[in-house]
Amino acid sequence: MFKKINNALNPSLRHPEQERASRINKVGAIILLAILYVFLFVLDNFLPAGSFTGMLIPVLRKGAIYALLCVSMNLLNGFTGLFSLGQAGFMLIGGYAYAILSIPASQHAAVYQYFDGGAIQFSIPEFFSSFLGAGLGSFVGSIICIIIAGVIAALFAALIGIPVLRLKSDYLAIATLGFAEIIRAIFQWNGFGIITNGSNLLRKYTALSDIRWDIGSVSLKFGTVFVFLIVTICILLIVLLINSSYGRAFNAVRDDEISAEAMGINLFKHKMMSFIISSFFAGVGGALLAMYQTTIQSAAFTSAMTYEILLMVVIGGIGSVSGSGIAAFLYIAANEWWLRFLDSGSIGSIEVSFFRGGFRKVIFSIAIMIIVLFFSRGIMGDKELSITGVINWFKNRKERKLAKKINASKEGE
Amino acid sequence: MSNILEIKDLHVSYGGIKAVKGITFDVEEGSIITLIGSNGAGKSTTLNTIAGLIKPESGSIFFEGNEITGKDPNFIVSSGITLVPEGRKIFPDMTVLENLKIGAYLRKDDLSDDIEWVYSLFPRLKERSWQLGGTLSGGEQQMLAVGRALMSKPKLIMMDEPSLGLAPIVVRDIFSIIREINKQGTTILLIEQNANMALKTANHAYVLETGRIILQGSGEELLGNESVRAAYLGS
Repeated sequence: MFKKINNALNPSLRHPEQERASRINKVGAIILLAILYVFLFVLDNFLPAGSFTGMLIPVLRKGAIYALLCVSMNLLNGFTGLFSLGQAGFMLIGGYAYAILSIPASQHAAVYQYFDGGAIQFSIPEFFSSFLGAGLGSFVGSIICIIIAGVIAALFAALIGIPVLRLKSDYLAIATLGFAEIIRAIFQWNGFGIITNGSNLLRKYTALSDIRWDIGSVSLKFGTVFVFLIVTICILLIVLLINSSYGRAFNAVRDDEISAEAMGINLFKHKMMSFIISSFFAGVGGALLAMYQTTIQSAAFTSAMTYEILLMVVIGGIGSVSGSGIAAFLYIAANEWWLRFLDSGSIGSIEVSFFRGGFRKVIFSIAIMIIVLFFSRGIMGDKELSITGVINWFKNRKERKLAKKINASKEGE
Repeated sequence: MSNILEIKDLHVSYGGIKAVKGITFDVEEGSIITLIGSNGAGKSTTLNTIAGLIKPESGSIFFEGNEITGKDPNFIVSSGITLVPEGRKIFPDMTVLENLKIGAYLRKDDLSDDIEWVYSLFPRLKERSWQLGGTLSGGEQQMLAVGRALMSKPKLIMMDEPSLGLAPIVVRDIFSIIREINKQGTTILLIEQNANMALKTANHAYVLETGRIILQGSGEELLGNESVRAAYLGS
């Protein structure tokens, strides 16, 4: 296992030129991430609350969570070629597992008011808070809950993967879609109410606002930093996996099953592995979404949620991690923020009669159609965004312009 | 020399259609054996069954004296049989080097010597080491497919129509490399429609027709055989 992961770091797989570019990109990415985290920390604590930061913070948080969800779906759909639509189901499992494990004991009576306080009477963040203090306790506790949420989602994936992964293409999509709907129905069923609270909300669990550090009278908030930290780590793990020899085996399974099998790659084992890992990160994403929303209800995890993520993956480019990330942020920002004015009934002080509830969705759909028409392979295709890539693009643009000028002057003569 | 592979009364069918109707043959260690026959004779089915991609209906397959009938492909690859599939089927979005590494997927030891060995057999691949598989020419893709199969260090390598769709001069290159690989100690089971080239290369050949072996003999014997000449050599 470690040997195979190690292969990802094996330099001999790359051209020396690529090797140098990859070093530049790595260092650059670390610097950019450091700047990003400083900015997020400032944003969390020191920028004055206003309508701008009031929109920016939630959009960044939700965008990051959806970026992770997209990358996890891309691992399965883009890199392994398994067309699965079970994302919302695994997110639901992850989100609920997180919420159930982190509701403080004293709040159980209030949350599970119709189920005599519920069956589970402990809270992991509370346990850690008892000896680490409120802030650090919630931090450590919620990370442990998030990991457990991912593991439970992965366990469900392992269970349903055995029958479902024997199906191909569209049939796999239908089966996983059905699974997600069944999960939603089960979580809403009152029979499991002592655990899931039936069709009622789960609330009062450790949310992003609880991730803070109290020093004397000053309280430093880490909500956005926390989301980005978890998402960065998860996406980094997925990228390492994709570049390892397991990742190459996933690609081989996607490109040609017969050839992959002839190379000795066990199809079922590798499909299963990809499915379980993708579901793990979907569960983590679900847990983060629960933290972001502060309340969670299974009714919200419909197939439309899966389609939304699929749409982002397609817009970003199937088979591109950075494309998924870019598309997730763009989609969330456009949907939740930039196009909001279309629903408000006016532009500035001018009243526009057809700008009313729902008009945003019309424009949004048209925008998506245009994107899909003009970028048929998504924003990034199957390429990755990198610092050296951007630099080369600009360099080539200068050369292209120069070539144009030379041609024009030649024609002039 | 002993037999490395023994096939006994193998029957294979797809649904209700019988593709292979009881064939029996041996592959001697260190030799080049070829199966020739027209389309639909059951050649590819036989190879795919030996490789474990298809489960046989009845009959048995022995490799180095151990039964491998109906075992999983990854078990068969790790015991020392590798298939070069029909139509090359290299991975187009991976570089040449990555393709070679995928070929050694089940191995846990150091690969660098074997990569060098494959590059020495196919110097053209070394030049194109960082190029994507899909950008190679047909002949180079066939070389890559053979190289990829060699990376699993097989004792027996099975090739499904390596000359398919290649120019005659490239076919000659491929066959000289097949002989070279054989000289270095790998047993080869080859199926071909290009009967002329295959019979000239092989030590022993079997002629398949509608799922049965109808003729066998050394390559030269069959080259001289009237009915083989009429059916497969067009003269």
